[in-house]
Amino acid sequence: MIAPGTAAHEEPAPIGGRLVTRFTAVLGLLVGLLAVVVAIRLVRGIGAVTNLNDGYPWGLWIVYDDVIGTALGSSGFIVAFATYVLNRGAYHPMVRPALVTALFGYVMASASVFVDIGRYWNAWHIFVPHYAQFNSVMLTVALCIVACTGILAIEFLPAVLERFGMHGIRRRLDRVMFLFIAAGVVLGAIQQSSFGSLLIAFGPQIDPVYQTRLLPLLFLTSTVGMGLAAVVIEAGASSLALRRPLERDLLVKLMKIGQMIVQIFLVARLADLAIRGALPKVIEPTPVAAVFWIETALFVAPIALLGGPRGDRPARLFLAAMAMALAGMLYRIDAYLVAYHTGAGWHYFPSLGEIAVTVGLIAAEILAFIVLIRLFPVLPRPHRPDPATNPGSARA
Amino acid sequence: MLTRRKLIQGLASGAGAIAATSVASTAEARARHTVPDKALGLLYDGTLCIGCRACIPACKAANDMPAEHTELANGDYWDAPLDISGKTLTVIKAYRDGGGTHKDQVKDGFAFTKVSCMHCVDPSCVSVCPVSAMTKDPTTGIVKYSIDACIGCRYCVAACPFGVPRFTYDTPFPKISKCQLCQHRLGEGRYAACAEVCPTGATLFGPVSDLKKEIERRRALTPGTKTTYPRGRIGGNDTYEGAAGAYVAHTYGETEIGGTQVLHLSGVPFELLDKPALPTVAPADISESLQHTIYNKLIAPIGFLGVLAAAAWRHMRPPPEAVAVPEAAGAPGDSTDPPSGTEPPERAREGGQR
Repeated sequence: MIAPGTAAHEEPAPIGGRLVTRFTAVLGLLVGLLAVVVAIRLVRGIGAVTNLNDGYPWGLWIVYDDVIGTALGSSGFIVAFATYVLNRGAYHPMVRPALVTALFGYVMASASVFVDIGRYWNAWHIFVPHYAQFNSVMLTVALCIVACTGILAIEFLPAVLERFGMHGIRRRLDRVMFLFIAAGVVLGAIQQSSFGSLLIAFGPQIDPVYQTRLLPLLFLTSTVGMGLAAVVIEAGASSLALRRPLERDLLVKLMKIGQMIVQIFLVARLADLAIRGALPKVIEPTPVAAVFWIETALFVAPIALLGGPRGDRPARLFLAAMAMALAGMLYRIDAYLVAYHTGAGWHYFPSLGEIAVTVGLIAAEILAFIVLIRLFPVLPRPHRPDPATNPGSARA
Repeated sequence: MLTRRKLIQGLASGAGAIAATSVASTAEARARHTVPDKALGLLYDGTLCIGCRACIPACKAANDMPAEHTELANGDYWDAPLDISGKTLTVIKAYRDGGGTHKDQVKDGFAFTKVSCMHCVDPSCVSVCPVSAMTKDPTTGIVKYSIDACIGCRYCVAACPFGVPRFTYDTPFPKISKCQLCQHRLGEGRYAACAEVCPTGATLFGPVSDLKKEIERRRALTPGTKTTYPRGRIGGNDTYEGAAGAYVAHTYGETEIGGTQVLHLSGVPFELLDKPALPTVAPADISESLQHTIYNKLIAPIGFLGVLAAAAWRHMRPPPEAVAVPEAAGAPGDSTDPPSGTEPPERAREGGQR
């Protein structure tokens, strides 16, 4: 057990450093490009900047920014809960960075929705009982995104309160934090499983390889894998970029959980295909069968990489996490776009404008992350004096 | 104490529970929707259609829809839409094979079909709309759209298996377009403009129950014999003399996704007319039954929340002023899981530097 408050317990601290670097300038440029595309969309309509059409009314923005973005963002809830329940303190170094990325993921998802929906000035109808239609899975998703964003903000609030020395409020907040930690997991689970349920109403328009009543379960389990993978990738990336020690043993544990979750996913996926008699469909020479195999190989990869005596090597951990995250991302793209048969004559591939918005949102997230870790206590203070903590020497 | 192993077991059993409810959901299915008693609809008889396309401009005029620019290989045309769109609520499409000389014949023949909203008994667009912009009128069964409620999310466009609701992508103030059976004209004693203008009664407006009787009557006739067809609306005075059609056995819309209020008769198989082959159960029914099972009285989510909140509360870190005493940090028995509970954080750091 860790004695909190001793040297072993790493308190987060702002890392300081310059805000304007070549890297952040490039990110700023990408955000500017996003603003231009959004301006055109607001003046001339969705068709002016996207390849969306009545056959594919949902594209990159919905599938990447919302479905995939919030799935990766679910890492915040998973790590926050794991901290409280599993090892109490041992996961602490990762909580705040995970919360920050999760929060940004959710804020960007909401921002993207506003760009995507045609009649955004009516968006408040979602919250009004007069309009709200509770059979709509979309309503569930929308309400959960809003609630999850709020909960993530509350979970991150201690860092802000610390920064401004508001310790009294912080202590009071800490006493009720367990409620938010639990609610975050529940709402995140409802939202992520609902992204699967969303497709059930599409009926026969979704290929039998993907259309199943297990969609909520498959989306939920793959989300947990993606969230855990995101934590590992993020820890690896910030350890490299900021020359900080890697929390390897913790990452090994997270990936072990991820591995088991992926196994549950694979068993459910294959059993479902077999029971519904859809297995012959995956050996037909179709695009759907091809993407099914690529995605399944990516789901199997982490299990293969982490098994055996060398499974705890950092490179393997990182590769396994990448495979796990990619697998979940592909599964979502495949279910929403590749397996969506909307009738002959319809085609969709994201336009430059759509890509610019998605890239711009990702750039905005990274930019905000850099600014935040420099100004707020997010990353753990390194154990030993390290040149990286000197302001200005870290190039993020 | 909740260990990692227990957590995973818990998650796995939760997953199993979801799987079980998913499979068992048909048992909990909500009541299947049926056609309202006074439901209104259309009967489109492809054997009567002469392909004059008078219904298209009539529909546009009645619904204030703009003309549409159509690009074809041999030039540009005004208001010759090839498909329904944000600006066009109905079109007539043709099937053609070989020389295309014989009407309603598969080989070397041609046939017409109409595309417009089918006014489903259990519509996907109504089920998926988050803000009640799509509603089904409880009396007439007309599937209506409210532009004032709509947020433009296009879930209805994506979900409709007939590909009916369309969106206007070329304007900053977009909307969904779909046929609403000219419900705004019903109060004026008028009815669907496409049926009103149809010269042969191929598109016929009326109560669904009457339309179904008319279908039975037509099917009972010997193909080729002279008969009198109602024209415009069923029960009106207007009629049209024509020959009885030779129909394929299926009436399109009778069973598709739980039935529709627009019914199609045809002389050629519907798959040749690009009408999608659909199951008899409404996807909306499957989706809503599953949602109602998972979220039945919110028992499962609230129970899940309770379990997690209790677990989080028991393992809450102490408030900062109490951290000086390590033993105060948590519930007893924390060290029952040595690999995770007693791990010195030093190792983690050193491991990373190896």
